[in-house]
Amino acid sequence: MTDATAPAVRSSPRVSGAFHRLLAFSGLIALVIVFSLASPNFMQTQNILAILQATSVNGVLAIAATLVIITGGIDLSVGTLMTFCAVVAGVVLTFWGLPLPVGIVAAILAGTVSGLVSGTVIAKLKVPPFIATLGMMLILKGLSLVISGTKPIYFNDTPGFTQIAQGSFIGAILPALPIPNGVVILFAVALIAAFVLSRTALGRYTFALGSNEEAVRLSGVNVDRWKIAVYATSSSICGIAGLLIASRLNSAQPALGQGYELDAIAAVVIGGTSLSGGRGTVLGTLIGALIISVLANGLRILSVPQEWQTVVTGTIIILAVYADILRRRSL
Amino acid sequence: MLTRRTVLGAFSALAMLATAGVPSIAQDNYDIALISKGFQHQFWQAVKAGADKAGEELGVKVTFEGPDTESQVDRQMDMLAAALSRNPSAIGFAALDSQAATPLLEQAKAANIPVIAFDSGVDSDIPLTTVTTDNVAAAALAADKMAELIGDEGKVAVVAHDQTSRTGIDRVDGFVNRMKEAHPNIEVVSVQYGGGDQLQSTEITKSILLANPDLKGIFGANEGSAIGVANGKTELGSDIVVIGFDSGAAQKGMIKSGVMAGAITQNPVGIGYETVKAAVGALKGETLPKVIDSGFNWYDATNMDDPEIAAVLYD
Repeated sequence: MTDATAPAVRSSPRVSGAFHRLLAFSGLIALVIVFSLASPNFMQTQNILAILQATSVNGVLAIAATLVIITGGIDLSVGTLMTFCAVVAGVVLTFWGLPLPVGIVAAILAGTVSGLVSGTVIAKLKVPPFIATLGMMLILKGLSLVISGTKPIYFNDTPGFTQIAQGSFIGAILPALPIPNGVVILFAVALIAAFVLSRTALGRYTFALGSNEEAVRLSGVNVDRWKIAVYATSSSICGIAGLLIASRLNSAQPALGQGYELDAIAAVVIGGTSLSGGRGTVLGTLIGALIISVLANGLRILSVPQEWQTVVTGTIIILAVYADILRRRSL
Repeated sequence: MLTRRTVLGAFSALAMLATAGVPSIAQDNYDIALISKGFQHQFWQAVKAGADKAGEELGVKVTFEGPDTESQVDRQMDMLAAALSRNPSAIGFAALDSQAATPLLEQAKAANIPVIAFDSGVDSDIPLTTVTTDNVAAAALAADKMAELIGDEGKVAVVAHDQTSRTGIDRVDGFVNRMKEAHPNIEVVSVQYGGGDQLQSTEITKSILLANPDLKGIFGANEGSAIGVANGKTELGSDIVVIGFDSGAAQKGMIKSGVMAGAITQNPVGIGYETVKAAVGALKGETLPKVIDSGFNWYDATNMDDPEIAAVLYD
C-alpha cells in the first residue's frame, strides 16, 4: 500500500504541472485563433517568424528565471546580467579582436561568475534573494556602462556574429522554413533545462529547495552548494540570452536590460510556476513567453493604441494567474 | 446604333471614372505606421499629435508606437517587425540604432513599402527623406537673439550636451559660426560639454563664470544643459543672458521668471505632421527633397502663451 501511494503523491506536482500546461497552452491557442480571425496578416510565415524571433531573448531569460523561482528565490538581475554578458562579448570580440568562439565562451562564463557571486551572497551571507539580486541588477548595469565606455559596441569586425541569432541553418537546408537560429537556440535551451530539472540531481534539489529547504538541510544535504549551483546555472543561461540579443542587434547596447526581468518573471508565472517555489515547468515558461509575444504582436497588427496594449497585457497576466488559483482550488 | 454608342460611351465613362476612383479610394485606405524612439515622453506625444492631425486632414490611418525608453533597441525592432507584418502602405521610422534596423529596412524595401525617416533619422539610404529640425539654422537663430540681447558685442559661451551626436555638433557649429559671420564683435570664449546632465552643466557654468567675470551670455544647447546653465547663474547670483533649447516645465518656468531670456523650440508637432504628409506624398509618387525641415521657433516670456507657440511647447 505504502509503495503504491508514495509514487502517486510524489507525481502529483507533475500532474498539476501538466494540467496547467494544458490551461496555458489553450490560452495560447485561443489567442492565435482570435488574432488569425481578426487579421489576415497575422498567420503569415514572416509574422510567425517575427513572433518567434521576438520570443527568443525573453524565452531564454524566462527559463533562467524559472530555475531560480522554483527554488523559492527570485532573480531581478537577469535583464542587466544579459546586457553585461553581451558587453563582455563585445569587449572580447571587438576591443580585443579575439575569435568568435572565445567571445561566446566569455559571455557565458561572465554569467556563471555573476551567478556564483549572487548565489554565494544569498546562500552564505543570508542576504534575501530579492535584495541580493536587486543589488546585482544595479552592479551589473553600472559595470556594463563602465566597461563599454557607455557606448554601444558593434560587432562589425566579427562577421559570423550576427548569424548566432539572425542566421538560419534550418533555412539553409530547407529554404521553405527559414527559422532563425535564435529560435532554435531557445528550444535547445528549453530542452536541456527541462532535462536538467526532471532527470538530474541538480533538478531534484532545485524542486526540493523550493518545497522545504529545512527538510533538505536536515537530511544532510549541502544546501548552500546546491543553491549556488542553481544561481550559477541560471546566470549562465542569461549569458546565452546576452549573446542572442547582441547578435540580433549586431551590437551590445549597455543601457538596455533594466525592466526585462519583469517580462521574464511574467512569462514564468503565466506558465504556472509558483513564486513561492517548489512547482514549475520549463514548457509552461516557454508557453508563457510565447503568450506575451503573441499578445504584443497581435495587438500591434490590429493597430490597438500602445497605451491599451499595456492595459491588455497586464489584464492577461492577472487572469492567467487567477485561472491557475481557481484550478488548484478545485483539485 | 446611336443608343448603343451612347450606352458604350456611358460604360467606358463609368469604367474611366472607376479607374480614376481607385487611387482616391486607395488613399483613404492608406495605412501609415510610425515607429518612434519613445512614447510616453511629452516630446514624442507631441510628434504623435502632429501625425494624428495629418492623418485626419489627409484621410489616412496613422498608428504610432515607440519603446518605453530610448535604450530598448530590441523592443523597437519587434515593433518595426510587427508593423511590417501588418503590410502598411508606408512606414515612418526614427531609429534608435540604424545598424540594428538594417535587415528590417531591407525587408520594407523588398516589399516596396516606402520608408520616411524622422527626428534623428536613419543612417541608411533606404528612407526616401528625413523630416527633422535644421539644428544649424536653429542654433544660428539662438546666436542672433543672443547678439540682440547683449548689444552685439562682448564675450559669450556655450554649454552643450555632447560633441558626438548630430544635434550636439550641429547646434554648437550653428551658434559659433553664426557669431563669426554675422556678429564679429562677439567672441565665443568657451564651448563645454556636460552630457545634457543638469548638475554637471551647472558646475561647468559656474567654472566658466568664475573664469570669465565679464561674460555676457551663455547658450545651453539642449534641455538639460539649459537648465544647468540657468541654475549655475542663479547659484552665483550672476546677471548674464541665458538662452536655452527645447522646452519642458522647468525651462518654461525659468523663462517666465526671467532667469532665462528665452529658448529655441523644435517643432515636434511639425515633425509628426510632415512625416505623415511625406509618406502620403511618396505613395502618390511625388518626388521628395532629401531633407524636410520641420521648423523651429524662438520663444520668450512675451510670446510663449501665443496659441501658435504654446502648441509646440511641452511640459
